[in-house]
Amino acid sequence: MKAHTLSILVENKAGVLSRVAGLFSRRGFNIESLAVGVCEEPNMSRITVVAYGDDAQIEQVKKQLNKLIDIVKVSDITYRDHVDRELALIKVGAETGATRAEIMQIASIFRAKIIDVGTRTVVLEVTGDSEKIDALEKLLPQYGIKELVRTGKIAILRGSKTVKSQKPE
Amino acid sequence: MKTGAKILIESLAKEGVDIIFGYPGGSVLPIYDELYDSSIRHILMRHEQAAVHAADGYARASGRVGVCLATSGPGACNLVTGIATAYMDSVPVVAITGQVPTSMLGNDAFQESDITGITLPVTKHNYLVKHAGELAGVVREAFFIAKTGRNGPVLIDIPKDVNTDLIADPAPAPETVSLRGYQPTYRGHTRQIERAIDLLMKAERPIIYAGGGVIASGASGELVELAERLMLPVTATLMGLGCIPCNHPLNLGMLGMHGTEYANYAVTECDLLLAIGVRFDDRVTGKIETFAPHAKVVHIDVDPAEIGKNKPVDVPIVGDAKAVLADMLARIRKRDGPSQWLHKIDVWKENHPLRYREGDGLHPQYVIQQLSDLLNGEGVIVSEVGQNQMWAAQYYCFRHPRQWISSGGLGTMGYGFPAAIGAHFARPGEQVFDIAGDGSIQMNIQELGTVAHYTIPVRIAILNNMYLGMVRQWQELFYDRRYSYTELPAVDFVKIANAYGVEGMRVDSRDEVRPALQAAIDAEGPFVLDFRIEREENVFPMVPAGAAINEMIGGHQQ
Repeated sequence: MKAHTLSILVENKAGVLSRVAGLFSRRGFNIESLAVGVCEEPNMSRITVVAYGDDAQIEQVKKQLNKLIDIVKVSDITYRDHVDRELALIKVGAETGATRAEIMQIASIFRAKIIDVGTRTVVLEVTGDSEKIDALEKLLPQYGIKELVRTGKIAILRGSKTVKSQKPE
Repeated sequence: MKTGAKILIESLAKEGVDIIFGYPGGSVLPIYDELYDSSIRHILMRHEQAAVHAADGYARASGRVGVCLATSGPGACNLVTGIATAYMDSVPVVAITGQVPTSMLGNDAFQESDITGITLPVTKHNYLVKHAGELAGVVREAFFIAKTGRNGPVLIDIPKDVNTDLIADPAPAPETVSLRGYQPTYRGHTRQIERAIDLLMKAERPIIYAGGGVIASGASGELVELAERLMLPVTATLMGLGCIPCNHPLNLGMLGMHGTEYANYAVTECDLLLAIGVRFDDRVTGKIETFAPHAKVVHIDVDPAEIGKNKPVDVPIVGDAKAVLADMLARIRKRDGPSQWLHKIDVWKENHPLRYREGDGLHPQYVIQQLSDLLNGEGVIVSEVGQNQMWAAQYYCFRHPRQWISSGGLGTMGYGFPAAIGAHFARPGEQVFDIAGDGSIQMNIQELGTVAHYTIPVRIAILNNMYLGMVRQWQELFYDRRYSYTELPAVDFVKIANAYGVEGMRVDSRDEVRPALQAAIDAEGPFVLDFRIEREENVFPMVPAGAAINEMIGGHQQ
């Protein structure tokens, strides 16, 4: 079992997200993370899914996804040269000036930003690969993580290669 | 100015639809109003489930798209089992449902259900149409998707206001459909085809394992030609029966759980398995690790997701069975067969034929054999699900593709009778028999109303053992004869038929079988035969679930 990163180009049609998500759950695959948004093409969206499975299972999921009419392209980019990022917002307890200073110090090491300061909390914004965010997350429980939101991974191929399909004539 | 409903009916006519199986209701009133003076015929079924099965039976018998129509909410929900049935067996059906007006969508309005959501996992694709202007294009696309690539059901959900809205200048549907996310592969990859031929030529013990894909793509002619040219024995799945005539010397009949012993032995010993339009279903393979354990596997299928899904494949060929087989034939010349292998198979055939205990009682196998004999293996044979289905598959001698219509993948009891109604409209001149059990027939028995109403000459042969026979058989063999809730009290099916105005006849003894079948064949209208068969007759041979397919019980050993 290994985490696979799938990049999926879909038509922006009603229900397309539930078609994709439904297919994963129906065939018994757990989605680790899912991120979706508009992309460079009009009326299209790009979905990045991280799912666990062996290569054969992921191959089957890919084939099943490809059968969905609204899905234009599915690419397993796990073994291809790519970069990926995730963004997290973390609300941490900061009751005293001393803890606030400590948190700010940790934030600066991780190139995280403080985007909100309250009387008893601060909110950190951090971007990076999943491991970096995991690492930051591990340092914060001593101050009390009040709330944590992660976007899920998004990924893109390095160089000039893209996840696209030929438009039919 | 045209209403959405008018655009819908015109679009259906443009797709060549001449018949719709349906059931009216509030949200489809505008569509029914258009049907009132349309040239498209509508058959009023007695249940929406029957409407979708009839559309499915029509599609399987004709090779064209079957169409059904139901209202929103309960009407649409009643279609679900039938849509799932068509999905599992890759049948081109277009299901049209009414929906509450767009302004009420999502408000739990009267007779609202999220039918596109509900049918997501059991349709090839579905649509919720929000504007009347989209209808023509959606209908064109739906038929295209249903009938191309791996066929399957498509649902179109139409809110009531979309059907009543007036459109000033409706855009016509595009002549050709072009979808970025849907481009099926028809021609096989040349190099893979060459590799497959190479393996075929070298094989000492080759066999063809043919399924529903051969029927769907109309590849039976090519299949038989290939088999004859290379002298390859052919075994078919339940869905593939009829791809080669049953009396063809190379035919081994059905394989799998209730297949012939010789087919299962041959697959177990083969060194090359040419799998065409099949999906290595568990009812075929038994324990997958022991299925064709010595074989190189060549798999031809139009759906790439089926290749390597259950069993590793040596030569994958994505493509339409007919196109791929034609390409293979163009590269293959006639040659002598693998005579030792064919001889070995002949010995198996000789020593392990299909057989049953023949006694004084009324045996269901005998009923099927006599029907096959009286119709000379012609006609359209539809089945319900269970023992009746397996006896029909084993003992009817099918000569042609699309002659055998049965719910294989989903195994839907209650499928047969309405599907037989659809089959009749696809092939009106032919004898259509539904082989039923007393359990299955009661799942859609209300369709006696439909066949009486339209004088539809469907014949129903009920193999009545007053049990849910297949479940009882499993209870006998694997649950120590504890017949938990499988016994059914006697039903007088002749009386039920008569009450609907349908003729019927009860048959208690062997001597009465042929005259009774002949009476049904000769009847002008529908006919019900109630065969009171041996109650505890079993379907043999049988591969217990999870066993290897050469480990059959109830075969020649008995």
